[in-house]
Amino acid sequence: MSSHGHGGSQSSGGGSTLLGYIGIDTIIEQMRKKTMKTGFDFNIMVVGHSGLGKSTLVNTLFKSQVSRKSAGWARDEKIPKTVDIKSVSHVIEEGGVKMKLTIVDTPGFGDQINNDNCWEPISKHINEQYEKFLKEEVNITRKKRIPDTRVHCCLYFISPTGHSLRQLDVEFMKRLSHSVNIIPVIAKSDTMTVEEKQEFKQRVRKELEMNGIEFYPQKEFDDDMEDKSDNDKIREAMPFAVVGSDKEYQVNGKRVLGRKTAWGIVEVENPNHCEFAQLRDFLIRSHLQDLKEVTHNIHYETYRARRLNENGGLHPICDTQDSNL
Amino acid sequence: LDGNTGDKEYVGFATLPNQVHRKSVKKGFDFTLMVAGESGLGKSTLVNSLFLTDLYKDRKLLNAEERITQTVEITKHTVDIEEKGVKLKLTIVDTPGFGDAIDNTECWKSVADYIDQQFEQYFRDESGLNRKNIQDNRVHCCLYFISPFGHGLRPLDVEFMKALHEKVNIVPVLAKADTLTPTEVQKKKIKIREEIEQYGIKIYQFPDCDSDEDEEFKQQDLELKESIPFAVIGSNTVVEAKGKRVRGRLYPWGIVEVENSAHCDFVKLRNMLVRTHMQDLKDVTRETHYENYRAQCIQSMTRMVVKERNRNKLTRESGTDFPIPMGPAVSESETEKLIREKDEEVQHFLHL
Repeated sequence: MSSHGHGGSQSSGGGSTLLGYIGIDTIIEQMRKKTMKTGFDFNIMVVGHSGLGKSTLVNTLFKSQVSRKSAGWARDEKIPKTVDIKSVSHVIEEGGVKMKLTIVDTPGFGDQINNDNCWEPISKHINEQYEKFLKEEVNITRKKRIPDTRVHCCLYFISPTGHSLRQLDVEFMKRLSHSVNIIPVIAKSDTMTVEEKQEFKQRVRKELEMNGIEFYPQKEFDDDMEDKSDNDKIREAMPFAVVGSDKEYQVNGKRVLGRKTAWGIVEVENPNHCEFAQLRDFLIRSHLQDLKEVTHNIHYETYRARRLNENGGLHPICDTQDSNL
Repeated sequence: LDGNTGDKEYVGFATLPNQVHRKSVKKGFDFTLMVAGESGLGKSTLVNSLFLTDLYKDRKLLNAEERITQTVEITKHTVDIEEKGVKLKLTIVDTPGFGDAIDNTECWKSVADYIDQQFEQYFRDESGLNRKNIQDNRVHCCLYFISPFGHGLRPLDVEFMKALHEKVNIVPVLAKADTLTPTEVQKKKIKIREEIEQYGIKIYQFPDCDSDEDEEFKQQDLELKESIPFAVIGSNTVVEAKGKRVRGRLYPWGIVEVENSAHCDFVKLRNMLVRTHMQDLKDVTRETHYENYRAQCIQSMTRMVVKERNRNKLTRESGTDFPIPMGPAVSESETEKLIREKDEEVQHFLHL
């Protein structure tokens, strides 16, 4: 049986010289309808030592109480010896789009006296999600939509010391930037003046560069010139110095989210006060899908390739056999 | 993407569908359409009419003698079409020679083999190490052309559709419908639908409408389901009808307009294929036909490996030792080859 192609791809010159309109562009509408029906998953992890406002920030980002604020460690409560991994999921809806949002919290990170290897439970959790997905993919009867619990984004909270990154910050980001998308943010930035903020940011960026830490959006994954120019602008502005709040105040006749101090109200969504709005637009309104795609096409594929090369290969799981993964 | 809307409740992830489709527009889409049916039923003309191209301009038509010696071929034509910024890579798979011989026994086999080959290629790519640029050549839809000159389905039609209905989405089409009067078309459609059900042929099913769709959409959907098989006419030529230039066929008794819904179902077919169901056709191919193939493939491979291990156990107990090859990530067909080689070795030894 022969199989040969004729003429390769001959362009038909678009619809302009031909009579009529075929309707190919409607496929976008068809896809859109389908994705609206199935909904989206998004999994975000927050890492940083306690008291940096992680939960508040997440609640502010998604304008709902999706993360429970911890009250810190009570005096007689023992700080857990290892970092805990706590996942909470919520389904939120906006404009007909349903999103299952999962926040993965990491209480205990950086809180011990000796914080050696405190990144290990986090790394393990991330790899476990890749493993779960891989097992589903390799199954004989596969689900139509494999449930995606992989971490799409890791928000790393940098303490606003005003000096530089801490050892722990560097260690964590160095080790994990190759298996997950890391977005560093400067927490509680209302403790710094505008100049202090600028200087701190510069220093942090230099340190990140010196240590070879590729945070998201990674330069090597820019698809084309358009992406590169958009992402360059974002990379220049990172890490975003943010403030979170779930309290509202009246400012100039409008109700805004903010923090009330004796000397004024810090408005969370005011770009002159902090970079929260920039972070939100970047994370949710423009790069949400890209975060998922980089996780799936790059981080997950890297994990998968590594697994395929160990143990003499991956065998599809059959009902009667135990998996030898 | 507006920045601070100041609206309390607006987070902004309602833009997600736009983010998804922005990337798809950049990447472009692909679609593989197969046309099958015996020669002379207007397959090439219909394809040209559907996609407003001329894919077959260099084709040479064979005469009867040349046709006798020809076996069923599988040919592929690819064309890139762009409309309103959306790029489509369209592949048409043709089956010249199908049903043209005197003895057409199992002439659908090469077609079935082709479809399986694309599945196998995809399976191998998907299971491999580098999955960055997998080419999807799987057949998303097969237009099967039924002759208007018979009394409904003929035995070859039934055999073909039954051989392929679990491998590809089959959309039956009543060819050259301008040789029939409207009444004849109706009668034939009813007969063919009955026979499809009678023989247990599983043609492509249009998904049911959501309850929240508007009435007009639901009505269109109903009409679509009742139009199977689509009675089509194709034309490569433009004629003048009522002062307009249309694609059509000029007869002494009148002009048949391809895009006139009163004349034929061409518009319904095109809308279904391109404007409403293209994505669903791809989804069903991916989620049902391909998954079935993959599951069968894995199961038969597992059976072979188990059989080989058991056979090796026997030979080991009789005093010989053949290690099972366990190399790093060998592709599936390499494993099969290794198994076959070992099998031959064992057989040879047993016969010494």
